[in-house]
Amino acid sequence: MTFTIPIDNGDALKNAEADSQRTLYPYVTGTSIVAIKYKDGVLMASDMGGSYGSTLRYKNIERVKAIGKHSLLGASGEISDFQEILRYLDELVLNDNMWDDGNSLGPKEVHNYLTRVMYNRRNKFNPLWNTLVLGGVKNGESYLGMVSMIGVSFEDNHVATGFGNHLARPILRDEWRADLSFEDGVKLLEKCMRVLLYRDRSAINKLQIAKITEEGVTVSQPYSLKTFWEFQAFHNPTAGAQGSW
Amino acid sequence: MDLNLDAPHSMGTTIIGVTYNGGVVLGADSRTSTGMYVANRASDKITQLTDNVYVCRSGSAADSQVVSDYVRYFLHQHTIQLGQPATVKVSANLIRMLAYNNKNMLQTGLIVGGWDKYEGGKIYGIPLGGTVVEQPFAIGGSGSSYLYGFFDQAWKENMTKEEAEQLVVKAVSLAIARDGASGGVVRTVIINSEGVTRNFYPGDKLQLWHEELEPQNSLLDILNAAGPEPMAI
Repeated sequence: MTFTIPIDNGDALKNAEADSQRTLYPYVTGTSIVAIKYKDGVLMASDMGGSYGSTLRYKNIERVKAIGKHSLLGASGEISDFQEILRYLDELVLNDNMWDDGNSLGPKEVHNYLTRVMYNRRNKFNPLWNTLVLGGVKNGESYLGMVSMIGVSFEDNHVATGFGNHLARPILRDEWRADLSFEDGVKLLEKCMRVLLYRDRSAINKLQIAKITEEGVTVSQPYSLKTFWEFQAFHNPTAGAQGSW
Repeated sequence: MDLNLDAPHSMGTTIIGVTYNGGVVLGADSRTSTGMYVANRASDKITQLTDNVYVCRSGSAADSQVVSDYVRYFLHQHTIQLGQPATVKVSANLIRMLAYNNKNMLQTGLIVGGWDKYEGGKIYGIPLGGTVVEQPFAIGGSGSSYLYGFFDQAWKENMTKEEAEQLVVKAVSLAIARDGASGGVVRTVIINSEGVTRNFYPGDKLQLWHEELEPQNSLLDILNAAGPEPMAI
């Protein structure tokens, strides 16, 4: 349902304010999503933070949601746009169920739908300000893909958004294997999330890891990671050079 | 010094919504500013949407008023059609619909709070952009910056009605002390199964904080009351 307050401010070409039909900047944002394929399916990790500029304003936002029976959607970027995307997907899944034909949307189809939505919004200069991660399992096949706010879309064995691109992907490139067990997969994701916690200002120490397999979706309870500060070098870093950092 | 009396009316504001064991308490300051001038020092920022749902308004005065007017209108029709009081969740989602679809034009942060028979007392925060977040308590407006630490420490689950209201009054009062865009009186609205209660706490009846002094009628009263050495330190 949409209600746009009716306003006539004229020709968008000549009149600057008339161009109000474009999103210019995000307000409440989520940070990185990190996801990997593993032996039985896909694992996806995110923290539960919603930042408002530099303020860590919301600390209980779920940024990974189950879609239908076979998919998981994780989002970074503007949370209101993510909530709107979930509404679109609700409608998509509902219509899919209404066919009542025994078939159900798989992750590849959902990824494709999202890619179309994101790219078309980009073309209208009114993007949904998110980077989305879509993972799932259908008929024994695991699927993992990503779409950005400008419609760049691809699949891979491991993906990360935001800061995760710079901090998590190098770790994943080095340490990911196709036959990762659930335990090793979780440890690998936690290694990435811990680095993000140290180095991403908008990360908070409250995360969830979601798992999707042929059996279905499980999202873990929120939990916190231990951090390590006992390097000798951390104790008195400026002893030899007072005033430095 | 530029007073900028042509600036749009903005309710810098401190707004708060808190759930307690049995309902919700909404609170707000009462300052509406036009640039540096206080256009209204006794505004009522806690606005009724239905008998059982109220909204705290912050940001642009005009935007928040028009959004709440539309939603009141929609909820009125919805209540007629439904045949029973609207839920807090529906009210929050209608606000979200307007806030999200007009995000380019609106500059208002809202806190929806109320009581319905299905979910009891609920608070929904709707910041800029149109995100909806259901929370046990919510703070908003420019004054809320000064309250994040306070609530991190002072908030507890399952407070009584009296504890919740005292927490809200204390918090708004602390924000008023530090935020130039907040001031005036503290208004609270308590909503539960029994109904709605409005309360009013004038500025001079609030607790004094750091470096604030007891208000006097005049210096003369101090001088006369003091004694033989009135100017001694």
